[in-house]
Amino acid sequence: MSLTEIRCDVAIIGSGPGGYVAAIRCAQYGLHTVIIDRGPWGGTCLNVGCIPSKAIIHAAERFAGVADADELRQFGIAASPPTIDFAATSAWKDGIVGRLTGGVDQLLRGAGATQLRGNATIVDGKTVRVETNDGTTMVTTRNLVIATGSESVELPHLPFGGAVLSSTTALALTELPSSLVVVGAGYIGLELGIAFRKLGVQVTVVEMADTILPQYDRAMTAPVSKRLEALGIAMLLATTASSHHVGQLTVTTAAGETTDIEAERVLVTVGRRPLITGTGVDSLELAMNGGSIAIDDRCRTSMTGVFAIGDVTGEPMLAHRAAAQGELVAAVLAGRQRSWDKRVIPEVCFTDPEIVSVGITPDRATADGIEIVVGTFSLAANGRAMTLDRTDGFARVVARADNQLVLGVQVVGGAVSELAAGLALAVEMGATLVDLTETVHPHPTLSEAIAEAALQAAGHPLHGPRARRPR
Amino acid sequence: MGLHVVRLPDVGEGIAEAELVEWHVAVGDHVAPDAHLADVLTDKATIEISSPVTGVVSFLGGEPGDLLAIGSDFVGIEVDGAGNAAGQRRSSAPLTVIDHASPQREPAFVPAQSADPDQSADTHPDQEIERAQPVKPIASPAVRSRAKDLGVDLRQVRGTGPADRISHADLDSFVAGGAAITDRRPPAAGTATETKIVGLRRKIAEQMSRSAHRIPHITYVDEVDMTEVESLREALNNGTRIKLTVLPFVIRAMVRAIADQPHLNSTFDDERGVVSTFTDVNIGIATQTPNGLIVPVVRNAGSRDVWSTAAEIARVSDAARTGAATRDELVGSTITITSLGALGGLVTTPIINHPEVAIIGINKIQIRPVWEHDRFVPKTMMNLSSSFDHRIVDGFDAATFIQRIKALLETPALLFIDDTEDPEGDHG
Repeated sequence: MSLTEIRCDVAIIGSGPGGYVAAIRCAQYGLHTVIIDRGPWGGTCLNVGCIPSKAIIHAAERFAGVADADELRQFGIAASPPTIDFAATSAWKDGIVGRLTGGVDQLLRGAGATQLRGNATIVDGKTVRVETNDGTTMVTTRNLVIATGSESVELPHLPFGGAVLSSTTALALTELPSSLVVVGAGYIGLELGIAFRKLGVQVTVVEMADTILPQYDRAMTAPVSKRLEALGIAMLLATTASSHHVGQLTVTTAAGETTDIEAERVLVTVGRRPLITGTGVDSLELAMNGGSIAIDDRCRTSMTGVFAIGDVTGEPMLAHRAAAQGELVAAVLAGRQRSWDKRVIPEVCFTDPEIVSVGITPDRATADGIEIVVGTFSLAANGRAMTLDRTDGFARVVARADNQLVLGVQVVGGAVSELAAGLALAVEMGATLVDLTETVHPHPTLSEAIAEAALQAAGHPLHGPRARRPR
Repeated sequence: MGLHVVRLPDVGEGIAEAELVEWHVAVGDHVAPDAHLADVLTDKATIEISSPVTGVVSFLGGEPGDLLAIGSDFVGIEVDGAGNAAGQRRSSAPLTVIDHASPQREPAFVPAQSADPDQSADTHPDQEIERAQPVKPIASPAVRSRAKDLGVDLRQVRGTGPADRISHADLDSFVAGGAAITDRRPPAAGTATETKIVGLRRKIAEQMSRSAHRIPHITYVDEVDMTEVESLREALNNGTRIKLTVLPFVIRAMVRAIADQPHLNSTFDDERGVVSTFTDVNIGIATQTPNGLIVPVVRNAGSRDVWSTAAEIARVSDAARTGAATRDELVGSTITITSLGALGGLVTTPIINHPEVAIIGINKIQIRPVWEHDRFVPKTMMNLSSSFDHRIVDGFDAATFIQRIKALLETPALLFIDDTEDPEGDHG
């Protein structure tokens, strides 16, 4: 064991999408950069979040597609009921994760960032102690970037461990439980709950509120609710979960009735919170914004030379926001004139159907006192949706009434997630309704629904029931 | 009762318009002959307009800051008797307000009576209609990024696209200084006090813009060892005569240098493409007055000794400061000196007094260490920061001119030796 000292321009704690992007960019700018993480590179996103969950969701989708004999029959297909070796599924998923984390490692190396694997402790705003396998490394840095991410919120009466899973341990399962109760109907719980249901698990969702996916309006969640029912997922809304013992979860309904429901495993997904403790971030006594580190438009904290990016800075806790902040911080550290000026952070929810939300919803606009026009087009009238046998969902465009500036677009439907980037581009570029309607949307695709919704918002729908001559 | 209309008199040679600076009377005031009615400003001088008659002021023909045509109706005075405006409240020659900035504006006419009741409703004709502003300027990420690199606040840029979207072209126009593109609304945050620029300040603004826009300046700075001049000045100031500043010595050096390079004592009419080189050296003295910058002129500097020069500087600059300078004392300079005295700083970038071709800036005198042979010695040093019209004066000529001045000041005896012979000549 030895003591090593490193002096650098930038030390980054955390190698998630925020941290590793910041590290690569900083190194590319020629800054002497050190990135520190205790786990494999890539953080929550690559290892225990976005990527493994999407792998499981895809495998589940494939399995369900073969398992549903009734559905197959309408295509003229007959198949034997499938079986699943979930350990193999998990191994396939781990292979993807391994390729991606290995890729991050190579990118960091290629850019010339110094990698330190170990537990970081912030000594002060310029000093980080890292306990590596080879001993202690003291990192003295001119700038510190906190990218420690977030962790799953635990319920006091349902502590993680044993049969009670967090999203992390749920994604590490190699055997499917017979029954699973998901506590919390946010997007993480529903994405995983739907996946496990499609894999044949008996799934119940327990939610304290009387709605699912609280960040979305009723119109957007309705197709998901309908699908949850069709998939046979039991929904217990306005219900609280109290304790779990011997395969039974005790829940209490709003009416005060207490029952036990079968639950070999319980998945608690009641939210995530910034990871402040454990690395000494709290010892810096930075200005906070609730539970997250307060930052300005250059990701600067209240302490000079200390920056924070990603989930540790609060909502929305999304990988692509963290990555954008990582790029921003690197540019700021390199002396560029940059500040956070993003108009939108697109949100994609990989439930079934999927939800894409870019910019603001009609409710949000109204609450902000903005006069808007809204156009909605149902996928039931979209040819491509029919050929995909998924006509549930819709596209909705929200624009300012005075100048038709597009403020938001929401799309709900099967496999609509890939539409998100184009919609974000439209809002980020300052598109108006005319920009959307005058852009040729290819046929036959789901994206045609967006152009139709824009036409409707502009007052002259083409395929809609209230079609009239355009102005 | 009749109306006597005072027309704006011809207050200077060949002047077509004058700026109204201030009214000294209001509608309803009784005025006697020679009563001070108003001040108007011509190219350089402020001129008082007096009443020719006894009576009561009935209208005023403009607002301070307006440019008024010579001969336009200026003041109406109700007089006993017929007056000079037969039966009309206003003469048939309408008041002409020349306002290049806002041609659509109504002539500023302040009627004494018979006010149109509808007019009172429109008390703020220039007030902008408030309109809803998007929280953030609408522009693509690329435009936003470029604006940051350029240090441009996009809230100041008017977008010409749909929904007022700011394009690359809009940003280019803004950066190029296109006034039409500039959104003159004050930024959302904070408030601004708007002050109309009138009178001398407007003249200064116009003159500076003309100089800066039309003349490609080259600025040349060098330091001058003033030790000898300072000891000479100290000796001379022990006498009883008026106190000598550095200026008369610099002027004398300039006169000598101009003898070698006469074309620096010129004006350049760039519209006709003609340079006029003068034999007399008339030196403009940039002078700070309570109202702003004025440049009175020391005439025939070449025929003055340092005492005469010092006295004339004192006289004309004092006249400028007190507002007593005549038009003749404010025009006709052929080259200008600018000095901020103790505030002279290390270096300045003087703006040439258009249409001249050179301006000499004098910086602060201070003791600085100067390397001499093998050590630093304290020397009384002064920088000269001078600008030249690069269309007429090459960098080489500019440098030669300043080096000549420097040499003369560093050996001030040369200033007083009558060297009629060729200075380059070999007297071996």
